[in-house]
Amino acid sequence: MKILVPVKRVPDAETTIKVNPEGNGIVEAGVKWVVNPFCEIAIEEALRIKESGVEAEIVLVTIGTSDSQEQLRTGLAMGADRAILVTADNSDPWVVARVLAKIIEKESPDVVIMGKQAIDDDSNVVGQLLAELIGWPQATFISEFKLEDGNAAATCVREIDGGLETIKVPLPAIITADLRLNEPRYASLPGIMKARKKPLEEIDAGSLGADLTPMLTVKSLTPPAERKGGRMVESVDELISVLQTEAKVL
Amino acid sequence: MGNVLVYAEHAHGKLPKATAVAVTAAKEAAAKMGGGDVILGLFGSDVSGLTDAAGKLGVSKVATLESPALEHHAADVAAAALKAIAEATDCDRVVFASTSKGKDIAPRLAGAMGASIATDVTGINDDGSIERPMYAGNAFATVEMHGDKKVLTVRTTAFEAQADEGSAAVEAVGADISAPANAIQFVSVEETKSDRPVLTEAERVVAGGRGLKSGENFTTVLEPLVDALGAAMGASRAAVDAGYVPNDLQVGQTGKVVAPTLYIAVGISGAIQHLAGMKDSKVIASINKDPEAPIFQISDFGLVADLFEAVPEMTEKVKGL
Ligand SMILES: Cc1cc2nc3c(=O)[nH]c(=O)nc-3n(C[C@H](O)[C@H](O)[C@H](O)COP(=O)(O)OP(=O)(O)OC[C@H]3O[C@@H](n4cnc5c(N)ncnc54)[C@H](O)[C@@H]3O)c2cc1C
Repeated sequence: MKILVPVKRVPDAETTIKVNPEGNGIVEAGVKWVVNPFCEIAIEEALRIKESGVEAEIVLVTIGTSDSQEQLRTGLAMGADRAILVTADNSDPWVVARVLAKIIEKESPDVVIMGKQAIDDDSNVVGQLLAELIGWPQATFISEFKLEDGNAAATCVREIDGGLETIKVPLPAIITADLRLNEPRYASLPGIMKARKKPLEEIDAGSLGADLTPMLTVKSLTPPAERKGGRMVESVDELISVLQTEAKVL
Repeated sequence: MGNVLVYAEHAHGKLPKATAVAVTAAKEAAAKMGGGDVILGLFGSDVSGLTDAAGKLGVSKVATLESPALEHHAADVAAAALKAIAEATDCDRVVFASTSKGKDIAPRLAGAMGASIATDVTGINDDGSIERPMYAGNAFATVEMHGDKKVLTVRTTAFEAQADEGSAAVEAVGADISAPANAIQFVSVEETKSDRPVLTEAERVVAGGRGLKSGENFTTVLEPLVDALGAAMGASRAAVDAGYVPNDLQVGQTGKVVAPTLYIAVGISGAIQHLAGMKDSKVIASINKDPEAPIFQISDFGLVADLFEAVPEMTEKVKGL
């Protein structure tokens, strides 16, 4: 089976993000760029499917600038087979979904496993939107994935507001990973060496015939309202007392 | 321009507060994004028990759609139902609360309608642009949504809940909704049972982190304080990942967003991803044994203490109030 894993280059979750003085982006100096943590989980899941004995090809795809090659190489070093870089602006969920729809047309994967959200814009949109555009079913926010019926379907456990939901989804489908699906591995040294020789195809988004008109324009960014804190109390008694008399919440 | 549709989420024969919050946001969307009436879109296999409550949500009309295919939540069928309701009621904007169901359906509906979509909206500006957080709340973006058709999911902490008001007419939409050939199948649901207030609606939240060290300690150390305060219980991702508590208690960037009157963080370090889900609480108090824990920087009141001593002491004293 062919597993397509879309990935995104984002600032590391450990980096403290600051809005730039112009208010049109973030301060990029000192930012470490990584594979979006949810995408990493998606790659790991694809690898585990392959390692469980299913004959599979794992294809990574990213939309972005050539800088994103670095993240594709990381995924290849983890064990994916080949990668596709589509050069286009990746800040608009509709554009990303339309481009991915074209890649799916071209690649005909049996399943798409991707992160539920990217930790830069925190949109949580592309998977579901893509599923609608191509008429596939979706299993979102999943914490368990199991192939069934000779790989014609998958049983997925979804993290929902009230607990956990189990559904069976026929393939092909769009699967979006939540945090607890697995713990992604680190790329090994031999993995990194091998990754250098794995195919990485570059496609200009224009050549795919996808509509690249964005549906959103970010006009400005502002830092969040600062929260004043830091006052310390000495004892449980004092804590209860300030909550009662000053904050008036007890 | 047309009207504004609200997704009426429901479970166990009830409309949660999130639906009432979405109504308020929809009223703002009507006022600032091109006018129109606010209509509630209520669908399911049988919604007859819900129409009374729905009619009292301060909307112009309740549009219902029933089909056996809508018995269990499935994003594709739900999006088809909402699209049919939107068309029948002349709605070009649709508002959801940012709940797990809302987040699952809204982008599909945007795809089906050809609408622009913005998620986790925290405000609607007078010029029709919206505000939303990015980078785990380290930035707020002012975003212009293109086209006449728009889909929004809104943060439930950012808008007030619509109070009961009026009794809107209920009108059934005559569309035939069936499951597609490649439909998902519902297998089962495992709901976390609790008599406590709902985490996202509670006035008080007591949340525990990795510092609790075990699920048993959540039960024996933290829960008595939670209950003495009549609070809901929350948790950090680390506590959920370690299996101490169920996933639906996770507060943060990728969990639930809460803004209670009082949030008490116990044995939680205060990672930015956790703060993203609780920083808008009115009063934050935290208990941590590490004086350098980042949680203290955003806490109104911080207590450096071993939680295994401080929490039981606090529980006893709160009970005595
Ligand atoms: C993509 C991504 C998404 C994430 N989403 C979320 C999210 O939604 N929500 C979330 O919470 N996290 C999230 N995280 C994880 C986050 O980065 C932190 O790892 C997590 O919040 C840490 O949880 P914690 O504070 O319980 O654990 P720790 O950081 O390990 O802190 C434990 C704290 O307990 C204190 N402690 C220990 N023993 C005691 C004691 N006896 N008495 C008092 N204090 C004690 C310690 O001093 C420490 O400060 C996410 C991370 C990533 C990468």
